[in-house]
Amino acid sequence: MEALFTHWLTQNLLVLAGFSLIAWMLWSASHHERWRRAWLRFRSDRGGIIALVVVGIYLILGALEVLSFPTKSGGTRTVLDLFVGGVPAEKSYSAPLATRLLSEAKPDPVKATHLLGTDALGKDVFVETLKACKTALIIGGLTAAIYIPLGTLFGILAGYFRRRVDDLIQYVYTTLASIPTILLLVAIILVLGKGLGTMSFALGLTAWVGLCRLIRGETLRQAERPYITAARALGQSHWNIITRHILPNVLHLVVINFVLGFSGIVLAESVLSYLGVGTPVGTPSWGNMIDSGRSELSRDPMVWWNLVSATVALFGLVLSLNLVGDSLRRAFDPKRG
Amino acid sequence: MPETPLLEIRDLSINFATENGTVEAVKGISFTVAKGETLAVVGESGSGKSVTGLALTRLLPEPPTIYKSGEILLEGRSVLKMSPRELRNIRGNKIAYIFQEPSTSLNPVFTIRNQIAEAIKLHRPEVRDIDAEVIKYLDLVGLVDPAKRLHDYPHQLSGGMQQRVMIAMALSCQPDLLVADEPTTALDVTIQAQIMDQLRDLKKQVNMSIILITHNFGIISGIADRVAVMFRGKIVEYGDTRTVLSNPQHPYTKALIQCIPQPGQKRERLATIDHAALEATI
Repeated sequence: MEALFTHWLTQNLLVLAGFSLIAWMLWSASHHERWRRAWLRFRSDRGGIIALVVVGIYLILGALEVLSFPTKSGGTRTVLDLFVGGVPAEKSYSAPLATRLLSEAKPDPVKATHLLGTDALGKDVFVETLKACKTALIIGGLTAAIYIPLGTLFGILAGYFRRRVDDLIQYVYTTLASIPTILLLVAIILVLGKGLGTMSFALGLTAWVGLCRLIRGETLRQAERPYITAARALGQSHWNIITRHILPNVLHLVVINFVLGFSGIVLAESVLSYLGVGTPVGTPSWGNMIDSGRSELSRDPMVWWNLVSATVALFGLVLSLNLVGDSLRRAFDPKRG
Repeated sequence: MPETPLLEIRDLSINFATENGTVEAVKGISFTVAKGETLAVVGESGSGKSVTGLALTRLLPEPPTIYKSGEILLEGRSVLKMSPRELRNIRGNKIAYIFQEPSTSLNPVFTIRNQIAEAIKLHRPEVRDIDAEVIKYLDLVGLVDPAKRLHDYPHQLSGGMQQRVMIAMALSCQPDLLVADEPTTALDVTIQAQIMDQLRDLKKQVNMSIILITHNFGIISGIADRVAVMFRGKIVEYGDTRTVLSNPQHPYTKALIQCIPQPGQKRERLATIDHAALEATI
């Protein structure tokens, strides 16, 4: 099972499936009046478009690192390696654009110029940063795929049906929330084993609580509004009211929660990596880079490029996601334009 | 054998079980509505008139609502014994509603075309050209240039236009009975008159029964065939509109009619209702 999942062909298919899903969602949205109008409004929002392009670049970088092909020697190489694989590794640290290694005893000349220097193992930091994009996107994406449907569904059910359903859902999430998050995360990961998949599962299992609470509150508010009574008075079924009336009215909260939560998820990845239960060592991730950067800051001379490039990359992704989320929310607000 | 009335309420009592005890909202009311007839239910806030209207298709949340006793018969079938599926079938299809606040009764994220289309798709799946049908009903309720308004969102319409859209939505289901719960209260006076005229016209054109729930005796003449006056959950007077208006029997009815400002009247303090005195009479 594990071998099948990590096979290069499966991975390529998964990437293709992901992009086809996005394409299909865009295609079906383009046939929907409301989304088409939102797009017209979104298009005139220059900041939103720039942020969307940046998110797109991150997505493509992540995809390039997953898409791979077999080599003659029996292994596999990713497409990203085709572009950056030629950068040679050094023996140890070297500063950005330096000509010699950062070593007082043996400041050997470097084999090639490194835009952002190299890390303790001599790997090019720029290349590592690009590769880590994949890890962040996989963790963010997988976690979101778990917690967003869970949180939205249970939130709406609790807020709409109230009484027993609400009691049950509240009982479940208060129980989950009463356990310290880190402890719960570590426990789940230790039981299920380390890996990106289990980490996303554990993060998803703890992250839905916040969304569920938010959606429950908003649903309680929306369900009191007369248009829900009006919909019931028209003979709409519960399912129709939930999907056609409540869901569209709480969806903006889901979008905002996702983009804001994404940074939290990537951050949680680095926290877990620090505790030794996060991304496996050897997998490039911003969390791992930031984590190792902590001790490198106290070196003399200081090694800052590792930390800075991972942070800037993380910041760029989170900022552009936030801007896109913000523009989306404005584009969907019918009170505008 | 007399014809079965469209709607018959027999001795209906409705309670709300709250944490602070039981509230008796409706206490043993009875009335009938024949096909094509208009009944006005008049009373002050809290008299139980809206609860009665919502109870007709069991729209009140249960619990806390308890239908303590009595019967609601729609064409002879008991609404209180219906399954959720049967209830959904009569809602909109047999009994449609217009509510007080048109601005919040429309879903803010859908265009008016989509909201009316939804009602049509639900109850009349045989309709092919939905856009044409939506335009037909918007035209019927007197919305100017409906084809241009189709893709507007509710907030882009004025209060009067929103209420017309609500009426069009209710009518598009082709119900036998329209329950208009304070349809003009949230609108300003000139628009109130327009909406009432519209309802009067529609009544002639579509031949459906209407239950008009209002606190304002002033708007019912000329539209209601009969009137039921509600006070403290009871019907205190019930009869032909003209008779009740010209010769009110119950002190509460008399007091309510005195509250209507008359044109040309001297500027005096408007009559108010002395509840303590009325309590003693019932």
